[in-house]
Amino acid sequence: MVPVTYYVALSAILFSIGALGVLVRRNPLIIFMSVELMLNAANLAFVAFTRFYQTLNGQIFVFFVMTVSAAEVAVGLALIVTIFRTKHSINIDEMNGLKG
Amino acid sequence: MTVDLLLFFILALTAIATALGMLMSRSAIYSALFLVLNFGTVAVFYILLNAPFIALSQVSVYAGAIMVLFLFVIMLLGTEVLPDTKALPWQRPLAVILAVMLAGEAIYLLFIRKAAGGQIPAPVESFGSPQAVGLELFKHYLLPFEVTSVLLLIAMVGAIVLTKKEKGGQ
Repeated sequence: MVPVTYYVALSAILFSIGALGVLVRRNPLIIFMSVELMLNAANLAFVAFTRFYQTLNGQIFVFFVMTVSAAEVAVGLALIVTIFRTKHSINIDEMNGLKG
Repeated sequence: MTVDLLLFFILALTAIATALGMLMSRSAIYSALFLVLNFGTVAVFYILLNAPFIALSQVSVYAGAIMVLFLFVIMLLGTEVLPDTKALPWQRPLAVILAVMLAGEAIYLLFIRKAAGGQIPAPVESFGSPQAVGLELFKHYLLPFEVTSVLLLIAMVGAIVLTKKEKGGQ
């Protein structure tokens, strides 16, 4: 069997790639996808530990994380569409309406 | 090297490669498709970890619903490729360094200090079957499950209200 450490290491790598995406990319849609990638990495760690400790609590938690991320995507994409409608651009560098 | 380990490394390489492809491709459409592939790979990991219910939810909720929503919005807005702006030119190398440090620290802690080491024990009979997950969900997590429905309702109302055109305006 594969040690649980390998799964958690993979999860850490995927999480770092997601964090890098949030920092580097300028397209809010891709930033959103990176956030989804990070949530997914956390889910992978949950499922690996669930298998390791032989309880089902982690799988239930993953189920709730999925629900929350679905709700988050629905509202977030609605926000992006609204921003595009008012500014005719979704470049993150141009969202400086609150800048003094 | 056992078959298990070989399978794990092939899948892990696929997952990391698709995540990097998502990060680096110029067009947002390609990014979304890479991410679908990544979610598929993670679903295979879930099956390997005795979580078939979570694996199928992953495919239907993430790869199905969420990514289709993303593709719709990308095509609706027509913003596949954004022009590169040169604000904060030092941000990109700094971000790469910080991300590598984050991954390095996490892996260092895992492997050097053996924070959660050990082999995965063999599963007991029917561990992680959809029936067991359902029983656990409705026995011990009934209230959070019901609250989830309220959360989804709020998200639905929020999405409709946000994208609705103002009366008389625009």
